[in-house]
Amino acid sequence: MERNLMKGNEALAEAAIRAGCKCFFGYPITPQTEVAAYLAKYMPKNDGVFIQAESEIAAINMVLGAASAGVRAMTSSSSPGISLKSEGVSYIAGSDLPCVIINVQRGGPGLGGIQPSQSDYWQATKALGHGDYQLLVYAPCSVQEMVDKVTLAFDMADKFRMPAMILADGLLGQMMEPVTFPERKTEFEPKPWAANGHGNKRKHNIINSLYLVPEELENSIRNRYERYEIIKANHTEAESYLCDDADFVVTAYGASARVAKSAVNRARAMGIKAGLFRPITLWPFPVNEINEACKNAKALLDVEMSMGQMIEDVKLAINCSKPVHFFGRTGGVIPSPDEVLGELKKLSEANK
Amino acid sequence: MAVIFDRPKSLADVPTHYCPGCTHGIIHRLIAEVIDEMGIEGDTIGICPVGCAVMAYDYFNCDMIEAAHGRAPATATGVKRSLPDKFVFTYQGDGDCAAIGTAETVHAATRGENIVVIFVNNAIYGMTGGQMAPTSLPGQVTQTTPYGRDVSVAGNPIKMVEMLSVLDGVALAQRVAVNTVPHIREAKKAIRKAFENQKAKRGFSIIEVLSSCPTNWGVSPTEALEKIDEVMIPFYPLGAYKDVTAEGAN
Ligand SMILES: Cc1ncc(C[n+]2csc(CCOP(=O)(O)OP(=O)(O)O)c2C)c(N)n1
Ligand code: SF4
Ligand SMILES: [Mg+2]
Repeated sequence: MERNLMKGNEALAEAAIRAGCKCFFGYPITPQTEVAAYLAKYMPKNDGVFIQAESEIAAINMVLGAASAGVRAMTSSSSPGISLKSEGVSYIAGSDLPCVIINVQRGGPGLGGIQPSQSDYWQATKALGHGDYQLLVYAPCSVQEMVDKVTLAFDMADKFRMPAMILADGLLGQMMEPVTFPERKTEFEPKPWAANGHGNKRKHNIINSLYLVPEELENSIRNRYERYEIIKANHTEAESYLCDDADFVVTAYGASARVAKSAVNRARAMGIKAGLFRPITLWPFPVNEINEACKNAKALLDVEMSMGQMIEDVKLAINCSKPVHFFGRTGGVIPSPDEVLGELKKLSEANK
Repeated sequence: MAVIFDRPKSLADVPTHYCPGCTHGIIHRLIAEVIDEMGIEGDTIGICPVGCAVMAYDYFNCDMIEAAHGRAPATATGVKRSLPDKFVFTYQGDGDCAAIGTAETVHAATRGENIVVIFVNNAIYGMTGGQMAPTSLPGQVTQTTPYGRDVSVAGNPIKMVEMLSVLDGVALAQRVAVNTVPHIREAKKAIRKAFENQKAKRGFSIIEVLSSCPTNWGVSPTEALEKIDEVMIPFYPLGAYKDVTAEGAN
């Protein structure tokens, strides 16, 4: 298979085209700009639509329109822009529409900074917009995984009629690695619910998130949560690296997992039995997988490019059955393997 | 017996939730008549606002989408770009189209999105119980301008079609009313022209319809219709501010 050396953001954009993304709507923001630039260049050549919207709010509502019409649609942004999209994402979820949203995270809050960060974990997994709903959240940690997860995100979004997010960061977006792409998707499941003109052949379709009768709204939410249960039971993904005999399991996702992996390798070389547990789906969180991965561990070390957000899910997933320590850098500072190794050494000393 | 007046086919045979005497119903009917006459019900996607017309998805028989407050032009853009051969219209109140959604309206217009926007200007926020709208008149008493709209505090009313008429993407920007039979006839012609523009791919058409809200204006339905002539039209003159199909728009 052909291998290409590509930047994470560009590979992700190419993967979207191959996944049959017909419409892209975006608004410029660092560090996701290459996604939009690539699609501006290649969407028109692939019979697709590219629009630079007037705002992230408009962009996500264009996505809502395109998704309603039954085509695959995507938007991408970075942290401040994702905050603006949150209203639209809530409407998309409430209307049972599929779409893909890319967040190439940067430091926050506010305008924050433009360096890589992982401080939107809570936003992505708990509270992107109002109401009872979830997004599928994928956290790639290599350029190849950017490609694979975008492909999967489109399929899963369609299958479960819900929004899916790729939670990347500036580091993955800018990094260059060799990748292979899947074949271009040309066959799609029919969407009989789409608002695409009934052609006088069926009753009119309505795409809507309004239910004025509380019991009806409750029912619609319960239906959605039944789908969530199916996803939780069947579609979690994680990587366990050297976890079987590990005394200390590092938990990290995305870019910080790359740093953590080097630290784990160096710890092993020094005789410290360390392992890495890396969630790939952040929602649903891989609960069974983490319990399996840390079954022999004395303690866990959660590493994030934030003040500690995923750590809450880690503790919940293992029912606080073991001590979970934390090491994080934030604001766009990337933790170094040395720093993580230092934490592992401390843990090893303390547990002698 | 010959039927001389009937419900347009594309208007659903269901009771609406509009207040007695509200002219939202007339505007719905005109849109449905145009859809029927052009034979495009099966090829039309309508987009409802957040406002009194929020449930218009139950009233039109074409496919319908309920948009977020103010975002209908963006949603319409997504639909139209995905399905360029279908007809797409939005139905929006003044709060929706001219306050919270101003950016979406202006940019859909300037991009020349080939859609129809039906902009229902009743100078009030009907659905939320009668607060000041961007189009509320100077001096108008509303729930949030209890002493009358003081423009030095609350700002001036926005004149949407005048403003949009300067944009290159706009094919038609016209203000009509539905308070008298002649006005209703004019309104119907304008709506038809807007849909014909879409068919001919001429770009963005907006029809601003001066509409009544007897409930929140605190007057009877007939008085509300009279008020449109007395205070609304003098402030918001009717006419086509831009019409690419006509010579010398006023
Ligand atoms: C984001 C958001 N803000 C506020 C509201 C509350 N709201 C619902 S309708 C409306 C105003 C509607 O007024 P208008 O657009 O003029 O329509 P009308 O009811 O007069 O036809 C407001 C403020 C909302 N639903 N969503
Ligand atoms: S509140 Fe006003 S605009 Fe809304 S339905 Fe009643 S009369 Fe019509
Ligand atoms: Mg209004």
